[in-house]
Amino acid sequence: MKRQWNWALWVGFVIAVGGLFSYEFFVQFPITRDFPWANLLLFAIGAFLLLIGLVRAFGRPQDYRGKVFGSIFAAIGLVLFGFFTYEIFYVLEQVPASVQAPRIGQKAPDFSLPDQTGKQVGLTELLSPGGAVLIFYRGYW
Amino acid sequence: MRSVQQHLSEFTRRGIHVAAISVDSVDINRTHTQKMGYTFPVLSDSSAGVIRRYDVLHPSAGPKSTDIARPAEFFVDSSGIVQWVNLTNNIAVRARPEEMLRAIDAAPRSQ
Repeated sequence: MKRQWNWALWVGFVIAVGGLFSYEFFVQFPITRDFPWANLLLFAIGAFLLLIGLVRAFGRPQDYRGKVFGSIFAAIGLVLFGFFTYEIFYVLEQVPASVQAPRIGQKAPDFSLPDQTGKQVGLTELLSPGGAVLIFYRGYW
Repeated sequence: MRSVQQHLSEFTRRGIHVAAISVDSVDINRTHTQKMGYTFPVLSDSSAGVIRRYDVLHPSAGPKSTDIARPAEFFVDSSGIVQWVNLTNNIAVRARPEEMLRAIDAAPRSQ
């Protein structure tokens, strides 16, 4: 008898891979950037399907394929998940302490820098009339 | 930055200027702001001098291990005094404009 296609392994694997690569997309929105719940949800769904697939492959090998490639998929999925959590919960948190940064009540250091048109912009002119918000960011290089 | 642009009128209404600062060159900033439609000043601190003075340098974190800025936000009142600071401990987590506006409205102003 021909064994059935173990779709749960394939779908689960594709979703788990999507959990990693969709970060580029979800990072655009603050709600999925501040905490990557969308990616974690994809990983969880992927893991669940992979598990179903593996239970089928190992529990009823006469009915389902996938003992070998299912195990490989699950292992790759785990590695991707490990990489993702390492990047998100370790690498992204390696930010300098900035202990000398101006604190509340201190004077903000003056500066003058060129804007996107090349015009010099000084802090003094930004402060009038109601103050200024300064946003330091990593850049796009 | 996109969300800042979306909320820009709420800053302007309070008489507040918003400026972004990074090590990016004027050329990169010109292209990027045109593409994204940013109308607030995006300042180029290519030598990272100002970034250093504010102690928001992230050494060797840029391309080819160059020094760049770490994400940080300051609200400076009209007399030049810092009234609110946000120094994130995660690169991906930055202050949202709503949060800044709430902090600004709650902050005292030195006269």
